[in-house]
Amino acid sequence: MSLIGPLLLATFLFCVGVYGLIARRNAVLVLISVELMLVSVNINLVAFQNLLFPGAEAVHGQMFALFIIAVAAAEAGVGLAIIFNLFRNRATVNVDDVDLMRW
Amino acid sequence: MTGYDIVFILVALLTAGSAVLTVTSKNLFHAALFLAVTLAGIAGVFLVLRADFLALVQLVVYVGSVAVLFLFGLMLTRAPIGREALDGQNRGLALVVSGTLFVVLSSLIVSSFGGERAAEVAGPGIEVIGIAIFADWVLPFELLSMMLLAALIGAILLARREDGESGEPDDEGRIEFGDEPSTEAGAHELPRGDSQPELTSGGDR
Repeated sequence: MSLIGPLLLATFLFCVGVYGLIARRNAVLVLISVELMLVSVNINLVAFQNLLFPGAEAVHGQMFALFIIAVAAAEAGVGLAIIFNLFRNRATVNVDDVDLMRW
Repeated sequence: MTGYDIVFILVALLTAGSAVLTVTSKNLFHAALFLAVTLAGIAGVFLVLRADFLALVQLVVYVGSVAVLFLFGLMLTRAPIGREALDGQNRGLALVVSGTLFVVLSSLIVSSFGGERAAEVAGPGIEVIGIAIFADWVLPFELLSMMLLAALIGAILLARREDGESGEPDDEGRIEFGDEPSTEAGAHELPRGDSQPELTSGGDR
């Protein structure tokens, strides 16, 4: 199996996440794009572990992927809580409308 | 071109297509559902790469909980449906930035790993991962659990409804600091709305 396929897929997903991060205006969709970027990195880690070092003693690639999954879940929870707070205080989740700290 | 490659290309096409639909879909609800499809597709990619345990974790954590969390988030913020409300004026900027990033990164990847082929695809089994977590990685693992607990408590604190915000006003049911101590008999006379009388200390606000 060629190594380039998973790497290109991960790159594509990351760039799709960057596009969503810049283009979307709803804060929940921005958070979804961040999640997409975090997930795409995991493909890289697993591909390098299982294709370049098959049968190795060390399992760092998969371990880092597991840690990234846990951190991403925590980030989604806290991010959504912040967005709920924003919605209650400003009655909007549009990131263009939240310009209170703009000079 | 082995069977691995063909299966991988199919799963990758599904994943990439639903990822594009996630960030371009007009309907917010559809966007979240396409996110779930994307995450399930990535679990399939993990299966093709022979990372069984990680595929299972991906399914349970992402498709099972994070996608549902985003659906709840969309519903609770009463998201408007419509293209104008979704995309900003900087869609062209986003296309330029992400397209440039993709071209640069993929050319780097092709020049670095272009002809490289893995003779075999094999990952560590679940028992190897378990032993590694609880032998070499036990301190980061415990730190991670502490961080998850902190994130949980922080999310609850942030999302908690406080007074002066949207929701039903419940002033008569509220027991302020310095009121008469409520008794069991007195509690029955309070209006029983959809929200229970809330104990507030009053000192912290």
